[in-house]
Amino acid sequence: MIDGVGRTFPGVRGGAPTVALTPVSLTVADNDFITILGPSGCGKSTLLRIVAGLDEPTVGRVLLDGVPVAGPGADRGMVFQSYTLFPWLTVEENVRFGLREKGVPAARQAEVARHWIDKVGLAGFERHHPRMLSGGMQQRTAIARALANAPKILLLDEPFGALDHQTRGLMQELLLSIWESEKTTVLFVTHDIEEAIFMASRVVVMSARPGRIKADVVVPIPHPRLYTVKTTPEFSNLKARLTEEIRAEALKVVASAAAGD
Amino acid sequence: MKPLVPVARSRRVALGIAFFVLFVAAWAFATLGGFVSRTFLADPLTMLAEGWTLFTRHDFALDVGITVWRVLGGFVLAAILGVPLGIAMGAYKPVEAFFEPFVSFARYLPASAFIPLLILWAGIGETQKLLVIFIGVFFQIVLMVAVTVGSTRRDLVEAAYTLGAGAGGIVRRVLLPSAAPQIAETLRLVLGWAWTYVIVAELIGASSGIGHMITDSQALLNTGQIIFGIIMIGLIGLVSDFAFKALNQRLYPWSLA
Repeated sequence: MIDGVGRTFPGVRGGAPTVALTPVSLTVADNDFITILGPSGCGKSTLLRIVAGLDEPTVGRVLLDGVPVAGPGADRGMVFQSYTLFPWLTVEENVRFGLREKGVPAARQAEVARHWIDKVGLAGFERHHPRMLSGGMQQRTAIARALANAPKILLLDEPFGALDHQTRGLMQELLLSIWESEKTTVLFVTHDIEEAIFMASRVVVMSARPGRIKADVVVPIPHPRLYTVKTTPEFSNLKARLTEEIRAEALKVVASAAAGD
Repeated sequence: MKPLVPVARSRRVALGIAFFVLFVAAWAFATLGGFVSRTFLADPLTMLAEGWTLFTRHDFALDVGITVWRVLGGFVLAAILGVPLGIAMGAYKPVEAFFEPFVSFARYLPASAFIPLLILWAGIGETQKLLVIFIGVFFQIVLMVAVTVGSTRRDLVEAAYTLGAGAGGIVRRVLLPSAAPQIAETLRLVLGWAWTYVIVAELIGASSGIGHMITDSQALLNTGQIIFGIIMIGLIGLVSDFAFKALNQRLYPWSLA
């Protein structure tokens, strides 16, 4: 699906251009949950933005069901790290936003919105504005908003990055349970190793600057997964292995920074 | 006092009123105490008495009415044309590139300096007064609205794109609602400037309005009337400002911190 995608940012003030992403290829199977794991600055967010159509690749292309992606669209839902609910709309209106853009009849909009608001556990908060919600609730609404559109793939760019540890754990379980029941295709970017393993059926490890795929690891832990799997030996072994991979990359970043790069 | 610690509402009102009282007291002390010549500055009591005469004998209410009408007329005209243009400039960069340099230049053209020209073109009637205000505020509105719309949070726009919004949907359902409170705030600010321009327009070549009354009183050295006229403008400005603020808070409760 992602076919030799690379991205180079032009140099600032005549400086050398920055290669954010060396050509990367990745095939995402239907209904798969893939996490892209990497240190900051490895181009994982850039890759996700290219899939979303918010950024253009310098080389390569993204195919969705064989059709090249040109610009953003409703078939690829996205949840951002920053809180991107429309502050002037209520929770329900936010969830209905995409359906309204599509011209779905109001009754159907309400029905779909109710389904997803229930699903993310926000029943009773339909009339609240985003500023009255906690960070976790805002991200839950954002997930409901993206899924209400029935996208072919759900893209998440460190969606729980700004949340505290406990909320983060609960959000992971929530998203995983939604995926287990709905079986949507998910591409999830994170720098948190535990999160990457817990959520995914496949973890793609990316290397630091310039970004490329370093490892592609299948997570053999069966579903449904509860938070308790995080303490199993299987999980720990995988975590230890990925920690080594990521640590080597993080060290490279530090070393290149020290070298005055 | 600690920096940025909020003050209780009752205390804030009391403090606000206290300065008004202090100000009038200092004025009364300077004038009634005989420290300032009455020719230059009337005392508060004379000012009030002159104000009463203005309303009862000189139809001052009519002057106030006509001035308010001019301010609103010029302001509404500038807003009706300026807000859409500003939105178009903020949303579409080629439109901005086309208009922005000229608007930035025109913004610095002093509206009051246009008065002789406008009298030549439009006479000394209402059109000329409205035009002075229009020139004074139109370009400001355009530029401020364009900046507001242009600075809409990019992540909100991107989120809307990933939800399937097209260009029209982005403008109408993201840029507009997102910028609306700040646009309303801009209009509130600009309305204050419209008041400055109306008086300037009325000081020259007018036969009615608060500004005209002030020039008349100057000829008679009636500082009481002048000060009353000025205070009248201040009061109307204060009331309209409060009304505007209250309206904004009602319309855009979500934008409050």
